[in-house]
Amino acid sequence: MIDDGVLMNSPYTPGIAAQRLGSDELAKNFADLHAPLDRHEAMVAADRCYFCHDAPCITACPTDIDIPLFIRQIATDTPEAAAKTIFDMNILGGMCARVCPTEDLCEEACVRELAEGKPVEIGRLQRYATDTLMAKGEMPFTRAPSTGHKIAVVGAGPAGLSCAHRLAVLGHDVVVFDAMPKPGGLNEYGIAAYKSTEDFAAREAEWLCSIGGIEIRNEMVLGRDIALDDLEKDFSAVFLGMGLGGVNALSVEGDDKGGVEDAVSFIRTLRQSDDLSALPVGRNVVVIGGGMTAVDAAVQSKLLGADNVTIAYRRGRDAMSASRYEQDLAASSGVKLLFNVMPRAIHGNGTSAEIELEYTSTEGGTLKGTGETIRLPADQVFRAIGQTLHSDEGLTLEGRKIAVNETGRTSRVGVWAGGDCASGGDDLTVTAVAEGRDAAMDIHASLQG
Amino acid sequence: MADLTTDFLGIKSPNPFWLASAPPTDKEYNVRRAFEAGWGGVVWKTLGAEGPPVVNVNGPRYGVIYGKDRTVLGINNIELITDRDLYTNLEEIKRVKADYPDRAIIVSIMVPCEEEAWKAILPLVEDTGADGIELNFGCPHGMSERGMGAAVGQVPEYIEMVARWCKKYYSRPVIVKLTPNITDIRKPAEAAKRGGADAVSLINTINSITSVNLDTMSPEPSIDGKGTHGGYCGPAVKPIAMSMVSEIARNPATHGLPISGIGGVTTWRDAAEFITLGCGNVQVCTAAMTYGFKIVQEMISGLSQWMDEKGHTSIQDFMGAAVPNTTDWQYLNLNYVAKAQIDQDLCISCGRCFAACEDTSHQAIAMSDDRTFTVIDEECVACNLCVDVCPVEDCITMVALEPGTVDPRTGKVVQAEYANWTTHPNNPAATAAE
Ligand SMILES: Cc1cc2nc3c(=O)[nH]c(=O)nc-3n(C[C@H](O)[C@H](O)[C@H](O)COP(=O)(O)OP(=O)(O)OC[C@H]3O[C@@H](n4cnc5c(N)ncnc54)[C@H](O)[C@@H]3O)c2cc1C
Ligand SMILES: Cc1cc2nc3c(=O)[nH]c(=O)nc-3n(C[C@H](O)[C@H](O)[C@H](O)COP(=O)(O)O)c2cc1C
Ligand code: SF4
Ligand code: SF4
Ligand code: SF4
Repeated sequence: MIDDGVLMNSPYTPGIAAQRLGSDELAKNFADLHAPLDRHEAMVAADRCYFCHDAPCITACPTDIDIPLFIRQIATDTPEAAAKTIFDMNILGGMCARVCPTEDLCEEACVRELAEGKPVEIGRLQRYATDTLMAKGEMPFTRAPSTGHKIAVVGAGPAGLSCAHRLAVLGHDVVVFDAMPKPGGLNEYGIAAYKSTEDFAAREAEWLCSIGGIEIRNEMVLGRDIALDDLEKDFSAVFLGMGLGGVNALSVEGDDKGGVEDAVSFIRTLRQSDDLSALPVGRNVVVIGGGMTAVDAAVQSKLLGADNVTIAYRRGRDAMSASRYEQDLAASSGVKLLFNVMPRAIHGNGTSAEIELEYTSTEGGTLKGTGETIRLPADQVFRAIGQTLHSDEGLTLEGRKIAVNETGRTSRVGVWAGGDCASGGDDLTVTAVAEGRDAAMDIHASLQG
Repeated sequence: MADLTTDFLGIKSPNPFWLASAPPTDKEYNVRRAFEAGWGGVVWKTLGAEGPPVVNVNGPRYGVIYGKDRTVLGINNIELITDRDLYTNLEEIKRVKADYPDRAIIVSIMVPCEEEAWKAILPLVEDTGADGIELNFGCPHGMSERGMGAAVGQVPEYIEMVARWCKKYYSRPVIVKLTPNITDIRKPAEAAKRGGADAVSLINTINSITSVNLDTMSPEPSIDGKGTHGGYCGPAVKPIAMSMVSEIARNPATHGLPISGIGGVTTWRDAAEFITLGCGNVQVCTAAMTYGFKIVQEMISGLSQWMDEKGHTSIQDFMGAAVPNTTDWQYLNLNYVAKAQIDQDLCISCGRCFAACEDTSHQAIAMSDDRTFTVIDEECVACNLCVDVCPVEDCITMVALEPGTVDPRTGKVVQAEYANWTTHPNNPAATAAE
């Protein structure tokens, strides 16, 4: 690692370069976004919960965690019991506590948000409880007697892991096939680094598998190493939780120039890097898109030491799928948010140097260019305009995702799907967990006859 | 997981959490939902004699003491016993008991202090199949003016007499519920035992006025400009209740008499504390009234977690465990010497310990120009006031001096032997030490 005294580069170094910041500053930049609560802080935060009846926060949580109960258990100094309450509904409650956009979910619904604009800090309390139990290495569930069934799960992301754990608890044996060398899906390869520090995704996956009965086979790709027909033959049921592997293309002139990259692959590299100072980033970075991926790519570029980072979004602020909180996080990190602009061309001699954007307006529901353009310096351009299903495996689609009913059944008998690859629900970690869990319950019910 | 099953007077319940006789147990609709929520048992809202039921006020029945975030610390009430027909209650009790054979149902009764009145109601209660009765000798308002409730509970002879009648006309366990509105709680407990009661339960509510409206000059709750003293309950009364429970548990005359602990039980920990002081179970009213029936889930999960951590497999394991350690002041070890110690890393220099000690205690904390606070061992009597007022947990601790070291305050060597006031040279009545 490079110490601050002998930095080779700075934010002003032209082009795409590594070592813009020293390791101390990088460590500070990529530390926990929200520091964990200590016991006293947790007690004070928990004391604010009213223990509402039929609480709106529970309804707002996609996994229906009994929030008032777990907060009360924290308030009475039994965070381990609180963690059990959380894990009963959401076995990835530890990750969800870190990555849930609580401002759009439980905390938005909290009655104290309505009353005072200051919700109970549900996410941070959830982290306090789950961290306490996981630090003890305890797995608070045991497996039911073996059912003799073996079930295949494709994808070790939140949907697949949640499904696998619930199936294991119910007494089934599970084999999880995943394309990547490590389990966790986007928890491991996608979520912003400052939301999941200290290798949390890997630790969580290991802890989750300590229930037993779950075998993870890495670097096994459905469609390449394994086929759905074979899985159906060899297993009692199949759950598909393979997320969205493909990325939408920009389809503008210059999209193939050097320096133009998918935001998700940039983040993947960043998440797997053990020396952030060695990671190159542009002096002038432009991110195209308006979701969480765009925000994460932009913020992390800035944190790596990029001089100018701009998010260019084709509609207005309100249409952005990144929450207001995420937008503010970007702004406070020094990212510039540019609205109502769409990419027209990327200019440069082999590699990107400038991006040309056209202003837009929406008329009668359709987005149109106004003809007015601007150019921004851009050594690096990230595409963050959405991910797509890699392969539909011959299943019926709804929109661009695998069609499923409310318990995850696909058009093919014996095959369930959930998470980002399946229809319905937002593309969120917590939604994937809920869908994996519910599919497991339905698989179990169907196998019980 | 720890086994929370409780056997109180032969009455089994899946956990030691019973709802106390009060609005939560007023009717079938409530009690069924309480059982579904997980409560181990209920003491049905107090029944009165046959005939037109009592009437309640039609204005506010409750006053409240809040914490600053409107946390309910204590409630006072001027409600009377059930205002529903006796037979309606009896039919409901019978139906619910039949449907929930594994839960405890105790019937609370308050009828005039005449043998005929008890003789009349007890067979009716027996017929419901309920597991036992609780004699409400505690209600401090309204009923006491009519010679019932606390009016009986304050006269040990009456308690003994009524308990005797109950044992005569009723075959199942008889619990006497005690009023705290009395100087020495041991006397009514002894009377209950003499009368043959199987157990006592305590406390009922404490006479109180929660506040006075300074505009209308009426105490609250105010009914058309006038108020009356009501019964105080909730977290605020727990210390009083626990002291009374411990008095009965360690009184040789009543030691071993089963106790059902009541008063401010709000969390698993409150329940555990009551049980260590000798209670076989606990009863809850205000916590359920504040948070709803669901609150029992935290009590159950918390108590089992704590029992697992401590290796207790049953309630019996720790029942009464703190009783031997509850003693009279005169038996406290006067040779035990401690000093306050401030952890400078945790101290935030607020100066509260200094103000408390300097102005109201022993001038044993020094304050430097740069706001460093240190204990002066030569002055510290280990009163604990600084610990109590310090806003930072564990910042000030009490550290015991090792025997053989010199206490800088007295200049005396700390003795290892136990020695109490009964043998102290300053005690004119001291007996010579062995
Ligand atoms: C950059 C970024 C940031 C995000 N930030 C947040 C956030 O802060 N909060 C939030 O709630 N959500 C966030 N999300 C969304 C969230 O990560 C996803 O909704 C969630 O991970 C979906 O879970 P999943 O299990 O369906 O899919 P994934 O997490 O994508 O997991 C799919 C798994 O399947 C494997 N796989 C794919 N194809 C195959 C195949 N053919 N054969 C075998 N295995 C295969 C993959 O390797 C992967 O392990 C973010 C997403 C991105 C991209
Ligand atoms: C509104 C109200 C009504 C009550 N009515 C009765 C009653 O009818 N019979 C009785 O024995 N105790 C009655 N009590 C007393 C409670 O049973 C209990 O002893 C007391 O509230 C202390 O417990 P707590 O601190 O958990 O509330 C009543 C209490 C309240 C608040
Ligand atoms: S899982 Fe997420 S949405 Fe649900 S309670 Fe936890 S933080 Fe809130
Ligand atoms: S809505 Fe807020 S106050 Fe009410 S139970 Fe949920 S977290 Fe607590
Ligand atoms: S009260 Fe506690 S925190 Fe405040 S000065 Fe004293 S020791 Fe320090």
